[in-house]
Amino acid sequence: MDNVTYHRAKTLAEAERLLAAHPDAKLLAGGQTLLPIMKDRRLSPANVIDIARIPELKGMRDEGDALVIGANTLHADVLTDPVVRGRIPALTDLVAVLGDPHVRHLGTLGGAVATNDPAGDYTAALVALDATISTNRRDVEAEAFFVGPFQTVLGEGEIVTSVRFPVPRRAGYEKFRHPTSRYALAGVFVAELAGGTVRVAVTGAGPRVFRLPAMEAALKANFSPDAVKQAEVPASCLGSDIHADRDYRAHLIHVMAEKAIVKALAM
Amino acid sequence: MSTVAITVNGTLRSEEIEDRLLLVTFLRERLGLTGTHVGCDTSQCGACVIHLDGRAVKSCTLLAAQADGCEVTTIEGLSRDGLLHPMQEAFREHHGLQCGFCTPGMIMSAVDVLRRIPHPDEETVRHELEGNICRCTGYQNIVKAVLAASGAAA
Repeated sequence: MDNVTYHRAKTLAEAERLLAAHPDAKLLAGGQTLLPIMKDRRLSPANVIDIARIPELKGMRDEGDALVIGANTLHADVLTDPVVRGRIPALTDLVAVLGDPHVRHLGTLGGAVATNDPAGDYTAALVALDATISTNRRDVEAEAFFVGPFQTVLGEGEIVTSVRFPVPRRAGYEKFRHPTSRYALAGVFVAELAGGTVRVAVTGAGPRVFRLPAMEAALKANFSPDAVKQAEVPASCLGSDIHADRDYRAHLIHVMAEKAIVKALAM
Repeated sequence: MSTVAITVNGTLRSEEIEDRLLLVTFLRERLGLTGTHVGCDTSQCGACVIHLDGRAVKSCTLLAAQADGCEVTTIEGLSRDGLLHPMQEAFREHHGLQCGFCTPGMIMSAVDVLRRIPHPDEETVRHELEGNICRCTGYQNIVKAVLAASGAAA
């Protein structure tokens, strides 16, 4: 790792001050994506600002129709939270297969959201559940937030503070893992929202998380695994590489969607 | 440079460090605690797993500066009064190792699994050890050892 200056912010205001003083700095939460890419020098920021101990970014609250989860909440704490399991069990299922236990003991929701790894799990849940991302400056709908691989609409000095997850009627998540990296080759989050809208979001299969309108329409008419068999997966959304070509990824999306729907129906 | 104060295996260690220093390097090269291994150095293998404030984490994916003020337990800190920790004993009893390179991380992870899930079934043990790679054993005896340490019939 190249030389770096480490700063620790104890409050959100202090983090904002440090970011203003070091606009090139990277925010460090759990570091489970940032540190590996700093170690192999894909990224060599001169400054990192540790925000993991900022208390106002921690915690969870049940607003009845939605759960609001603080950006600093560890994956391990989402996994074991009885309120999350009771209200949005698909989110518990998702976090259970996010990384491994060691990653879940350091990785945070805000870190996963701000990083926007194209094979990350959380992005699919946020888009499918129509979540809202709060920053220190504004609220952004998840669908407008994730722009491209490792790119979001976050501006200079902006810090993710929490995510608001509307509680769906039913939802399910399933992914097919790359056999080595364990990241999703295709992960599908299916949700029937409180108002009856159906949303299907896919991660891992392309440069960014995307929705599948054909599948959503089919599920709106008939919420069953059979309904999505013929639904088109647009090739333009899909990535193609040595691990999986476009056709294989499209096939995986169908299989994962069917499994996710079965899970949602079992809720 | 920063000064960190980290309690390692019950002893407070205050050291001046480069900000980029990883916790695993701090443990191995500053404190001489070489039981914690560096396997892949790419956050995949789990050979470097230690406990940070009681939770299993990869010490190769954490700056020593991030651990300032925290409590760290390494494999050297598990035994008590010259007696192996029950998990170490179970690994020995069930031969949960061959070359032994992954063993410190595997044992630290296994202790953490039973902290969270005192009586796991076999499938749960396999899922929970996903962050630890062993290239020798095929995991059979490792899983057997963890189940035995949990009190399950192995």
